[in-house]
Amino acid sequence: MKQLMLGNDAVARGAYEAGVKVVSAYPGTPSTEITECIARYDEVYAEWAPNEKVAMETAIGASLAGVRSMCAMKHVGVNVAADPLLTVAYTGVNGGLVICAADDPGMHSSQNEQDTRHYARLAKIPVIEPSDSGECRDFMKEAFEISETFDTPVILRLSTRVSHSQSLVEPMERVEKETKAYEKDIPKFVMMPANARGRHVVVEERYKKLQEFAATTSLNRIENPGKEIGVITGGTSYVYAKEALGDSVSYLKLGMMYPLSDTLLKEFAGSVKELWCLEELDPFVEDYIKSLGITVHGKDKLSLIGEYTAEKIAAAVLSETKEIAFKDVPAAPMRPPVLCPGCPHRATFSVLSGLKYTVFGDIGCYTLGAAAPLAAIDSVVCMGAGIGMAHGAYKAGLDKKSVAVIGDSTFIHSGITGLINAVYNKSNTTILILDNGITGMTGHQNNPANGLTLKNEKTKQVDIVKLAESIGCERVFVVDPFNRAELKEVLERETAVDDVSVIIARRPCVLLPGIKQGPKVQITDACRGCKACMRIGCPAIRFNEGKASIDINTCVGCGLCLDTCKFSAMELLKEDK
Amino acid sequence: MANIMIVGVGGQGTLLASRIIGNAVASMGCDVKVSEVHGMSQRGGSVVTYVRYSEKVASPIIEPGQADYILAFEELEALRWSSYLKKDGLMIVNANNIDPMPVITGQAKYPENIPGILKDAGVPSMFFDALAMAKEAGTEKAVNVVLVGALAAGMDIDKEIWENAIRATVKPAFIDVNLKAFQMGYEIKKA
Repeated sequence: MKQLMLGNDAVARGAYEAGVKVVSAYPGTPSTEITECIARYDEVYAEWAPNEKVAMETAIGASLAGVRSMCAMKHVGVNVAADPLLTVAYTGVNGGLVICAADDPGMHSSQNEQDTRHYARLAKIPVIEPSDSGECRDFMKEAFEISETFDTPVILRLSTRVSHSQSLVEPMERVEKETKAYEKDIPKFVMMPANARGRHVVVEERYKKLQEFAATTSLNRIENPGKEIGVITGGTSYVYAKEALGDSVSYLKLGMMYPLSDTLLKEFAGSVKELWCLEELDPFVEDYIKSLGITVHGKDKLSLIGEYTAEKIAAAVLSETKEIAFKDVPAAPMRPPVLCPGCPHRATFSVLSGLKYTVFGDIGCYTLGAAAPLAAIDSVVCMGAGIGMAHGAYKAGLDKKSVAVIGDSTFIHSGITGLINAVYNKSNTTILILDNGITGMTGHQNNPANGLTLKNEKTKQVDIVKLAESIGCERVFVVDPFNRAELKEVLERETAVDDVSVIIARRPCVLLPGIKQGPKVQITDACRGCKACMRIGCPAIRFNEGKASIDINTCVGCGLCLDTCKFSAMELLKEDK
Repeated sequence: MANIMIVGVGGQGTLLASRIIGNAVASMGCDVKVSEVHGMSQRGGSVVTYVRYSEKVASPIIEPGQADYILAFEELEALRWSSYLKKDGLMIVNANNIDPMPVITGQAKYPENIPGILKDAGVPSMFFDALAMAKEAGTEKAVNVVLVGALAAGMDIDKEIWENAIRATVKPAFIDVNLKAFQMGYEIKKA
């Protein structure tokens, strides 16, 4: 029976049905659920790796050992894993190897909107892209076939709307794949110059074969032929195009975005009077079509930035606009995301916002510490960047104290090498590790610092204190961020010391199960309207008609606000359970 | 066929509501697409999920002027997404106000009398205290299912299909409280 299935769930299902044996990943929106879903299948070994590079290397090793293997990551994770990616393109595979990379056009939950397809061209390996959950499942199976047939890693490119939309999928049985024999093959698998030169020749030959395959594969198909307007599209843009243009145009639906078949593109272009290429983000396919001397519309009428919609496509291709009945309703104030009520990071940032440091932030829930009213972060670039940047700023002579703020999972991901660099190169940076016991932003994934595996089994736990000490860090302290007076004291002391300090602000994420809270808080008539309690940026504290009040439905009873009031207007609610 | 949007504040349970609706219409043999929001915006931001069903659904997204129903978990979110409603659509609103951070910090003002604003603009809408009903049913978390109940009462789908979808979607321990919450929402619309 058909099931309503999330795109990421269908990717996992496809891999399962294809007989995948080893999966390694680092969580990242919108890719996270692929790995969470595959963890349900006992036949598959699945794990969280500390970062995407390790995840990809694990998958490469499993492929070498002869089984179908997969790694999953968000688009920026591919940057981290790019080093092994660009060389496994040379070695090729033994068991099939698929890299799931989920792009985030519109940046719903990302720091940039890079287009993963460029990596396929850079590595000269195929990238295939599904449009809905059904294709997620089917294309995943096809990806393994391509990988083994052409001896190449394959990228399965997803996007937020495909990964996070549900549509109907008919689950099928898993087909077990026999483990391929591993045979030592130094010229193929040892990429030193002499061997790599030989493998580069293989890569170029493989590209030509893949290009021929692109002309005939059922991943690419012509729909509704014979119309004046032809549309070349794929992925999420395909469903928007179908919605907007229906049967009024002909389609070349590309499931394989690289390599592209000159023959197929020319044949389709020749069959229509007006040609469009509809693809979100970069003109990846469009530029290739133009390189063949074919006239095509696309980015001349549609944006390089953000997501497409059916509305935008209808306006560009057909000059049609739909009527909106209630377009003149007054605009609503923005509602940006905020740190949750009870979040331990709020405590840390409320201390930092009162101290005049330059704060180098990182990627995670705690990036929200940059938002008003806390506004306690000066920069955020990528996973792990904060420590290196704080060190660089110190070496450049930035006069204010530089502080790096990084989460536990991000520290494990790529902060450790930054810390080694700071200690090794005699920095004086202060590094705050926000240890909430979980990978938070992506929805609670275990990591090496919390001692639990993807499948919730107990394992060895990284001791961050000992780790920092072993690197040579002599000043390592653990503080409960809700003890704000102590945190402030330690921060002021450590930023004055001419040495690298590591301060671990340790308190579990408020959303973890079993977190006990105190009674909820109310504000009494003693409130003078000074707004001191508002400075912690708690979504439960409101201000109306000159007085602060607490929204009882939002308050979780963390008690962080209790010591913000100088007029004793904060009171614990007794009747609360 | 229908286009249904579920809008609210991250953490209010909009995802579960969209999954119940999706499972209900899928069980009738319709083609259905549900588009969800994960990641950063779930942290107290404005969130929207879409459910579309028909003989064949292409896009998972609903665009301005195209929604038959909007379930709004909060009044400001009802206002924000009202341009997405069709002229003869219906906005079902939980009469609840949650201040966004720009209001808390004083950079913006929470609009007064949102029911009045929507009425003046001619937006077909119904407001009721779904949160109070959810609490009465047994947990404030069931506010999403109260709203699904109100939606279900106005749609041409058997009540049993909805109840089965709830059973299939929520955790076993919460089935009873959610069925009760559904019934309360269902009755308010019928009344």
